[in-house]
Amino acid sequence: MATERPNQLFRNKSSKIAAIPMIVTALFVFVGGTIWTVVYSFTKSGLLPRLNWVGLDQYERLWATRKWLVAIENLVIYGICMLVLVFVIGFILAALIDQKIRFENTVRTIILYPYALSFVVTGLVWQWILNPEFGVESIVRAWGWESFSFDPLYNADIAIYGVLIAGLWQGSGLVMVLMLAGLRGIDQEVWKAARVDGIPTWKTYIFIVIPMMRPVFITTLVLVVTGIVKLYDLIVAQTGGGPGISTEVPAKYVYDMMFQANNLGQGFAASTMMLVTVALIVIPWAILEFGGSKNRG
Amino acid sequence: MNTMNNSVEIKNLDLQFGAVKVLQDLNLDIGKGEFLVLLGSSGCGKSTLLNCIAGLLDVTAGQIHINDTNVTWTEPSERGIGMVFQSYALYPQMTVEGNLSFGLKNAKLPKAEIAKRVKHASEILQIEPLLKRKPAALSGGQRQRVAIGRALVRDVDVFLFDEPLSNLDAKLRADLRVEIKRLHQRLENTMIYVTHDQIEAMTLADRIAIMRGGQIMQLGSPDDIYGRPVNKYVAGFIGSPSMNFFDGAIKGGAFTTGDLTIPLTGYDFASGGAVDGPATLGIRPEHVVTGELVDNAPVKVDVGVELIEPTGSDKLIDCQVAGRHFRVRMDGQADVAVGQKLRIGFDPGRASLFDAATEERL
Amino acid sequence: MADASTNALSGPQGPKPRKMLSRRNIFLYGTLFVITVYYALPLYVMIVTSLKGMPEIRLGNVFSPPVEVTFQPWVKAWSEACTGLTCNGLSTGFWNSVQITIPSVILSIMIASVNGYALANWKFKGADIFFTILIFGAFIPYQVMLYPIVIILREIGLYGSLGGLVLVHTIFGMPILTLLFRNYFTSLPEELFKAARVDGAGFWGIYFRIMVPMSLPIFTVAMILQVTGIWNDFLFGVVYTGPETYPMTVSLNNIVNSTQGVKEYNVNMAATLLTGLVPLLIYFVSGRLFVRGIAAGAVKG
Ligand SMILES: Nc1ncnc2c1ncn2[C@@H]1O[C@H](COP(=O)(O)OP(=O)(O)OP(=O)(O)O)[C@@H](O)[C@H]1O
Ligand SMILES: [Mg+2]
Repeated sequence: MATERPNQLFRNKSSKIAAIPMIVTALFVFVGGTIWTVVYSFTKSGLLPRLNWVGLDQYERLWATRKWLVAIENLVIYGICMLVLVFVIGFILAALIDQKIRFENTVRTIILYPYALSFVVTGLVWQWILNPEFGVESIVRAWGWESFSFDPLYNADIAIYGVLIAGLWQGSGLVMVLMLAGLRGIDQEVWKAARVDGIPTWKTYIFIVIPMMRPVFITTLVLVVTGIVKLYDLIVAQTGGGPGISTEVPAKYVYDMMFQANNLGQGFAASTMMLVTVALIVIPWAILEFGGSKNRG
Repeated sequence: MNTMNNSVEIKNLDLQFGAVKVLQDLNLDIGKGEFLVLLGSSGCGKSTLLNCIAGLLDVTAGQIHINDTNVTWTEPSERGIGMVFQSYALYPQMTVEGNLSFGLKNAKLPKAEIAKRVKHASEILQIEPLLKRKPAALSGGQRQRVAIGRALVRDVDVFLFDEPLSNLDAKLRADLRVEIKRLHQRLENTMIYVTHDQIEAMTLADRIAIMRGGQIMQLGSPDDIYGRPVNKYVAGFIGSPSMNFFDGAIKGGAFTTGDLTIPLTGYDFASGGAVDGPATLGIRPEHVVTGELVDNAPVKVDVGVELIEPTGSDKLIDCQVAGRHFRVRMDGQADVAVGQKLRIGFDPGRASLFDAATEERL
Repeated sequence: MADASTNALSGPQGPKPRKMLSRRNIFLYGTLFVITVYYALPLYVMIVTSLKGMPEIRLGNVFSPPVEVTFQPWVKAWSEACTGLTCNGLSTGFWNSVQITIPSVILSIMIASVNGYALANWKFKGADIFFTILIFGAFIPYQVMLYPIVIILREIGLYGSLGGLVLVHTIFGMPILTLLFRNYFTSLPEELFKAARVDGAGFWGIYFRIMVPMSLPIFTVAMILQVTGIWNDFLFGVVYTGPETYPMTVSLNNIVNSTQGVKEYNVNMAATLLTGLVPLLIYFVSGRLFVRGIAAGAVKG
């Protein structure tokens, strides 16, 4: 935190002017925009926003729409798998790289580069790799396993896992980098103490190192979760929501309602639900993180 | 070779980090129940040596024996050592009790035995009321006690300390120093203790090993090291304020520097007698006498007081002797003023002489 | 202990013998090798596919290297590929993206750095409240603010134009960049600021003559963060621009996922690669700074 300087009430004009963009953005876009959307989610707005109140109608319709339910289900599946796997993979990668290996830079560079690419690029590459005619499936079949079947992008039951593969490929590098920073931040003497105590490496990780990395884990968790909720580009590029509606996600539902179906009210209601989801995660985190630090210092 | 009385033996130890040689052909025998302090300036390889003994670093060459067993390739946990670290290195998510017992649980010791050892250690270190707390809720001194406790419960013969007190404030450091000394008297374990604080070294050690550049310069009792430093480096390193040095020459049983000639009759030459040639003479500021005592001193000089640094218990006087900066320690109550003439004296028998070229003690 | 016999040590000595091919090493490097291959594979697939002709693609699989290297797909992707209506390739999208990215990066960094500076060194009453709102704003799903911004842009006549998208990127870049700059400026020694004030320098004087020259690394990090972020954006592009002003990512998606005509996988992959080229170049060139950038962007302080 910045140290408090004496209050320069009258000399701060330039500072206040400089802060105008921030104030305008914070008030008009973030607060204003959010309130606006929430308010209009209680209206019957169609092509254009209108203040014709319908109470909770939009929400009732939303939760009765199959596409939305599928979207939610997908988000839950994708979210849980992504969360678990990205943490496991990211941590294991970081732990492997932390073993004083040779070629550390090369390995790190290769694992992280997907994160530099856009979701659109990621989605398209994996669409191509998972193409059953030329991609993984055809190769495994060519190796002699004739009945092998892996066509997530054409099979509605597992399509979301095809997206998951791409998402993991793109995002695990970031988690790896964060975890590696966390691992490197741990006092080397703790490792030494554990060795003198005769604690095997895996136990040291689980009972000592991982608990010590709690702050990194929490930050990463918040990041990954907010990223999951925003999942949109990847779906559009890789599957377009299909086959059928099998890979629909809430963010796409919102877009479709607002800009394609001319059903603004539905879009507002759906985006408000997204907001609620994020708030349920971010607010407890913020209280833990910042509320706690106030008590401490 | 009789090794029965040695607890730790280090033989021809080399350690390299890549191309950097940190320890070179180092030999050291540490007796059972001895308190050995490794003392040296920063970066001289003290921690490295300790880590080699603990088995936390793989040595490049040589052997390490603990309790007459060659442990060069043995895992740290099986060497019969306990270690205390500068940063405490407590497991932050475990309670004090958890910290003390984790290693034991992991070694599958019976519950009753673990409880007994934890109780015993916490009694000795007076940390019983803290057992249920986490390290974050402890003061620095308490944390260090827990860290010592973690070594204690291992019930080992050799304790390794890596600058355990250097993160504490001066008062606490002095208190814990006494406690460590008591602990040593009570347990009678071998202790190897790294520090760069000479007071700690002098007060705690049975023997001190002065290290420099990965080698042991001198190994001896605190008195030895203080009174008969083997070379100019050790002489300058030990003692605060540090020794006054004069460059000059020995000629006909006397040391001459500038216009000052010091007879060396009382001096105990390491090699038997005086050999003519260039040399350096060192005198500790606290070995210089003033007042009536000067009358009995073999060497007397008149100086002018240039600067006075009072430390409370003492006054440090800066002056010139034979054209050279010279410091004298006087009693804190002494009545001196800047500009005043002062007669000082010292006994060459308590001085140290070093060869000007090799800097070795003569 | 001076006799020579003590020098001849018996029993274990020197480093613990380790086999180069210990089980640990085989496992470690084996796993790492498999992993790096897995992560590198898509890039490889993109490259080889984009260099093959269509007949070759139909015969082989995605991983087989090209027998006959052709750059035709690249040319086509750049200037001829169809997006359903028009057939201008990616070039229009590319130039749009350039025109969006450059001003957005400059504008957002300018605003955010001044902002962060005001927050760090010239705090006024209430500044923290706005700052907190701004940071929380970073977590609000964009979908919530999509439509209100459509209205704002329409009101000021920027809806559908490149300028409108620049404004949007400036707004959404503000939280993280402001945080980045604020934290950096707070970490600079306060004495510098005080000395300059004693010398009579004002808000802008200190900013331009002391803060900016001292903060080049953080400006670089912010730039990397913004260039890749804005270049890779899809959602804002698709919402706030029209067919003429689509950024590259949107054109790419339209080209590849357009349902008309025969699928030309090689052209698609060339187009994909072309779109990924800018961020990839930045990544491989700036290396550590990039990592710092995303770590800063990610860890939020
Ligand atoms: N992992 C390493 N790689 C390369 N050099 C190292 C490594 N660890 C230590 N060194 C070098 O070895 C030398 C001795 O280090 P060591 O930690 O033993 O010093 P020390 O005597 O304990 O110093 P201090 O009093 O500062 O703790 C130093 O010069 C240091 O730079
Ligand atoms: Mg050390």
